[in-house]
Amino acid sequence: MNFYYFSSPSSFYRLAGAMAPYFFAAAIVTGIAGMYAGFVVAPTDAQQGEVYRVIFIHVPAAWMSMLIYFVMACYGGICLTFNTRLAAMMARALAPTGAMFTFVALWTGAFWGRPTWGTYWVWDARLTSELVLLFLYLGFIALANAFEDPRRGDRAAALLALIGLVNLPIIYFSVQWWNTLHQGSSVSFKGTSMHVAMLWSMLLMAICFWMYAIGAALVRVRTIILERERRTQWVRNLT
Amino acid sequence: MSLIEGRGLACTRGFATLFRDVSFRVGAGEWLAVRGPNGSGKTTLLRCAAGLSRADKGEFTREGALLYGGHLPGIKDDLTTQENLEGALSLRGVDVEASAVADALARAGLERRRHLPARRLSAGQRRRIGLARLMLDPAPIWVLDEPLTALDDEGQQLFAHLLSRHLDRGGVALLATHHDLAPRPARELRMGA
Amino acid sequence: MSVAASSLPLARPGSFAAGFAWAFSRDLTLSMRHPGETLLVVAFFVLVATLFPLGVGADPQLLARIGPGVIWVCALLAAFLSLPALFAGDYTDGCLEQMMLSPHPMPGWASGKIAAHWVASGLPLTVLSPLLGLQYGLDAGTLGTLAVALLLGTPILSLLGAACSALTLGARGGGVLLALLALPLFVPVLIFGAGAADAQAAGLSPAPHLSLLGAGLILAVMGLPFAACTAIRIALD
Repeated sequence: MNFYYFSSPSSFYRLAGAMAPYFFAAAIVTGIAGMYAGFVVAPTDAQQGEVYRVIFIHVPAAWMSMLIYFVMACYGGICLTFNTRLAAMMARALAPTGAMFTFVALWTGAFWGRPTWGTYWVWDARLTSELVLLFLYLGFIALANAFEDPRRGDRAAALLALIGLVNLPIIYFSVQWWNTLHQGSSVSFKGTSMHVAMLWSMLLMAICFWMYAIGAALVRVRTIILERERRTQWVRNLT
Repeated sequence: MSLIEGRGLACTRGFATLFRDVSFRVGAGEWLAVRGPNGSGKTTLLRCAAGLSRADKGEFTREGALLYGGHLPGIKDDLTTQENLEGALSLRGVDVEASAVADALARAGLERRRHLPARRLSAGQRRRIGLARLMLDPAPIWVLDEPLTALDDEGQQLFAHLLSRHLDRGGVALLATHHDLAPRPARELRMGA
Repeated sequence: MSVAASSLPLARPGSFAAGFAWAFSRDLTLSMRHPGETLLVVAFFVLVATLFPLGVGADPQLLARIGPGVIWVCALLAAFLSLPALFAGDYTDGCLEQMMLSPHPMPGWASGKIAAHWVASGLPLTVLSPLLGLQYGLDAGTLGTLAVALLLGTPILSLLGAACSALTLGARGGGVLLALLALPLFVPVLIFGAGAADAQAAGLSPAPHLSLLGAGLILAVMGLPFAACTAIRIALD
């Protein structure tokens, strides 16, 4: 199969339309399994009680916020290097979903922080850099839409995403570099100190969010493709 | 031998296809007139030829250094006429003595305005700074967009003279203009047909 | 009218240093001829930093605690004031196009402009910061650390701001969009910069903060001029 076939907006439009439902289905399945594991199977925490269960949303959302930004920046790099249209459209499609997950991570974190630390918000390294990430997403969306010529918006936003990439290591390593209020990392490649059901729940929810993110991006990119290509013949043939 | 050539050029801006499948070749001692109605893509073509913009399709061949003059004069209001000219030349890496600069400004009719800040010059006088630059810059390829804008008759004659001299020295020029210039163009490129 | 057919002057090949020197001297000359803008930035810095003690109350312990942070925030706000004009002037009068076509490599003159911007905005703030710090009752060690932190941090702000300023050339939303883009990038500089002075005031060593700032400065100097140049190319396309 010629891989480049799908780099044209019209072919990718059809492919995205065909693939999206499967991703949403996978998201629903893993989401149900993950919620079951987290809210039913996993035991009550000795110190924090039931409220700790919000980490099954909070941690996967935070992971997604960083992963989506990284993928968005990669698409930005492709857009700038190869001057393709579709890479820029994918970056634009991912940004709102990434911003949403960042917001969810911050909001659920506040929700969790109140009973646990006594405060909704504290200006520690990880929270601050996650907030910074939210502003980067918003800046990306604002910049991409700030120009008459959408191609110029594509490329400016792509460059911004690349410049902001330096924020990701800061978020990830911030908990190690500073003694902060935020919990240290319990999950790593070497093993985990958590109960197995909790771990499974987080992983399943992470996959659920990832599938959702891909599905949402595919649906959104179809809209973007239609808007950008609206004067071409193949779009007119669709109606 | 200086040369500028474009092959199979196409450019889209937004949804409008500005031009498609444009080709041209200008050899030493020739100049090409780019003509067409407003909005036909002349400015965009020249900007691509100069290297400021990228054309969506097609390629250029350039042999020799290139000098570009666009719609905007590239003059800083707060610098004097002489400082503007000296700055423009040193930006292009051209080493020139102060006496040559003063000479060129005099020939461009700006003798008495050499030490005035450029904000005090009229539009036509600012264009004459550009003419003085053409006198001194050795680049063999000229890409100029409406070079006669705001120039009076005397200024237009001066430009025609400079163009002839440039072509005699083996230079090439790509000019967008709706005027008829004294040295006849070797070819015409009609945009927006 | 006859023009003597003299031989044309020679053109030198372009170089980074020549481009840097050209842009640096030109921009400094321009800002000295129009000192209003520089003075505005400095005046704003001084004004806002002076307003805080009036608004917050004269409790010396509180002032000493917030002093470094407030001064740093004022430096950021002053940067937001001066950054939109960094490339906008050259963009509107056509000089930016000529600069892009120059034989001197783009990062050369771009760095020259950014350096001139820092000399006209960040450097005066750094020099004035000890005076402002006295208003907050900071001790000599903290004042010194604050000044060093600003000396390392304000060039980073100029570099980051230059990239954002180039990205927003000709965009709708102007200065506010620039602030939105620059704010998340400035935050680490603010945290380490104010943190250095806070550490010094608390009796700890500011060395970790300052060395991170220094490392950030090196990275910024190596990478951001190229980012600004790419943004300029995108803007002129």
